[in-house]
Amino acid sequence: MKAHGANAFFVEGIAFWAPTLPGWPVARAAFRGEGSPADPPAKRPAPELLHAAERRRAPDTVALALDVAAAAVHESGHAPGSLPSVFTSAHGDLAVNDYMCRTLASTPTLISPTKFHNSVHNAAAGYWTIGTGCMEASSALSAFESSFAAGLLEAATQCAADVRPVLLAAFDVEATGPLATVTTSAGLLAMALVLAPEPSARTIAAFDWSLASGASVAVAPASAAARALAGNAMADALPLFERLACGSTGELRLPLSATLSLRLVPKPLALPGSERRASS
Amino acid sequence: MPQPIAPISIAAYTATTAAGVGKHELLSALREHRSALTPNDFGPDPLPTWIGRVAGLESVALPEPLADWDCRNNRLAWLGLEADGFIHAVHAARERYGAARVAVVLGTSTSSIGATEDAYRALDVDGRFPEGNRNRLVHTPHSLANFVQQALALEGPCVTISTACSSSAKVFASAERMLRLGLVDAAVVGGVDTLCGSVLFGFNALQLVSPAPCRPFDAERDGISLGEAAGFALLEREAPTLSAVAAPRGDAAGLGQARRPAGLYLLGYGESSDAHHMSTPHPGGLGAERALDDALARAGIDASAVDHINLHGTASTKNDEVEAALIARRFPAAAHASSTKGVTGHTLGAAGIVEAAASLLAIEHGFLPGTVNTRSLDAACGPQVRTAPAENEVRVVVSNSFGFGGNNCVLVFGRGETALT
Repeated sequence: MKAHGANAFFVEGIAFWAPTLPGWPVARAAFRGEGSPADPPAKRPAPELLHAAERRRAPDTVALALDVAAAAVHESGHAPGSLPSVFTSAHGDLAVNDYMCRTLASTPTLISPTKFHNSVHNAAAGYWTIGTGCMEASSALSAFESSFAAGLLEAATQCAADVRPVLLAAFDVEATGPLATVTTSAGLLAMALVLAPEPSARTIAAFDWSLASGASVAVAPASAAARALAGNAMADALPLFERLACGSTGELRLPLSATLSLRLVPKPLALPGSERRASS
Repeated sequence: MPQPIAPISIAAYTATTAAGVGKHELLSALREHRSALTPNDFGPDPLPTWIGRVAGLESVALPEPLADWDCRNNRLAWLGLEADGFIHAVHAARERYGAARVAVVLGTSTSSIGATEDAYRALDVDGRFPEGNRNRLVHTPHSLANFVQQALALEGPCVTISTACSSSAKVFASAERMLRLGLVDAAVVGGVDTLCGSVLFGFNALQLVSPAPCRPFDAERDGISLGEAAGFALLEREAPTLSAVAAPRGDAAGLGQARRPAGLYLLGYGESSDAHHMSTPHPGGLGAERALDDALARAGIDASAVDHINLHGTASTKNDEVEAALIARRFPAAAHASSTKGVTGHTLGAAGIVEAAASLLAIEHGFLPGTVNTRSLDAACGPQVRTAPAENEVRVVVSNSFGFGGNNCVLVFGRGETALT
């Protein structure tokens, strides 16, 4: 088992949303065993970045992604328009894909132009940059059921290579219609992080990271609240968010494939003042 | 402004388009100023438009161990990998660095959605996908990079980038960052998109499809022609050894250092967002210009150093209007700007890599493509936009890719000597 390179990122914003865990404070408490999931489950969030008409029409993926992105960026204190962004999703908007394929099979010339442009994998990234007036780079990725790890790798790579904060938003939704024959994703799940290259007064958590080759093993979520979300295609993120909630110190490996993992080693948090002293 | 980057070596590259299998077929079509577009005959109810269709995909068979991945997009990916000895170049890199040290970063807009569309037309009595079209790894965007990683027996980071028509330009940026941080020693980048109902009927719904072969930058242009393509490039941090740089067949390689083709390099890239509209570019081209500024800054050059610009040039009314104005205000009159969409069609998520290949061919062969099908240039065009091809030394090329969601990427390519100065 070899580890390649060593870089670090400093988390300045955390957001989480699932119907049973609508928001990071609720999720964090549930992961720590200090709170219960929402009962009844919450309705999907209404992204305030969109105009009222767009808010109703927005696909679930867009509503989820914009909600968690806005929450994480708000906590980080960065201006939303200042951050490059990475949006990751295993399957994109499965309801829009179901609509497209159903309509193509019956009445292809009646495809809705709006549904078509919402079917692109970067629809959420597009609505985010339009809603926040952000002209920075934005990307949209997919890596099947390692999509969170692949998105985190891309965001952490951008953060380290260009030495600037980066927004990561991750989301997947329920498989609907005939697509559910082959695509297994249950419920709504989204999360976001703002990663910074240096510690600051806003640092919430920090990790050294590297690639580790060799057979990868997915870590099962520890809490019942997280295990209940394991059917969603973005579930590979859950162990990290449990760590963020509990402040555990052990290393965590998120599978990128059967033979490669993203290795995360928590860094003890130093106050910005002591960090400066230590490095001078 | 971003800092300049160290140039990234392009050890091998290939493109398979409607013009044929491999980059030499593309070069021939560009030299002959020939459109490879044909009347649309795709699918059960073809719209009256023209398409850039890759011939023979229906009879491509994947090797037995990869047979479960079968679909039009992965067949085109396989056809593309086999062209120009690309697979052999990747195998050599795998031997050199180890499978875990070679990344796969590929772009696509619709990946294998054509297989999903097929399934919806053949649902069983229970409304489920038919037997034989149920591979869950195919009906998802990552089908492309996942398949290619398996086909190449690589084990490094593997991701599919899907930002519509900038997808396979952005792969160069992601790979450069991985190489710069030392996460990998080489990266297979590129993209594949195939014709499917979603894009033909989707762009038709947006009234962006021309009933005739597309005419980029023509005053009377009336929309795009869709195409399909596969393209790949092998990127390495270190300058490759001479033996690793494939000399074009028939070239006078070996007659002495001066006659050897100089190495090819990615010099820079810029990525930006329009922050304007999902399917219409920013009217002032501000996002595109920002990507251009970042690309030139990473390359450490000024716009005056650019010999050739491969334009996004889709022949949509808006794109060409905005892009023409950008070129007119930013580049010297001597720069030769043209769109190759009239040759290949708009290959969407594969456009970035196809036009990267056209840019690299221009550098290697001292050949500047024209703008096929275009008869009378729009008044918005400056002297840079050319309809006719030309022969001249090409040292630095800029390639533009702009996508839905206002997603922009500009690439800069150059020869070894431009990279070293």
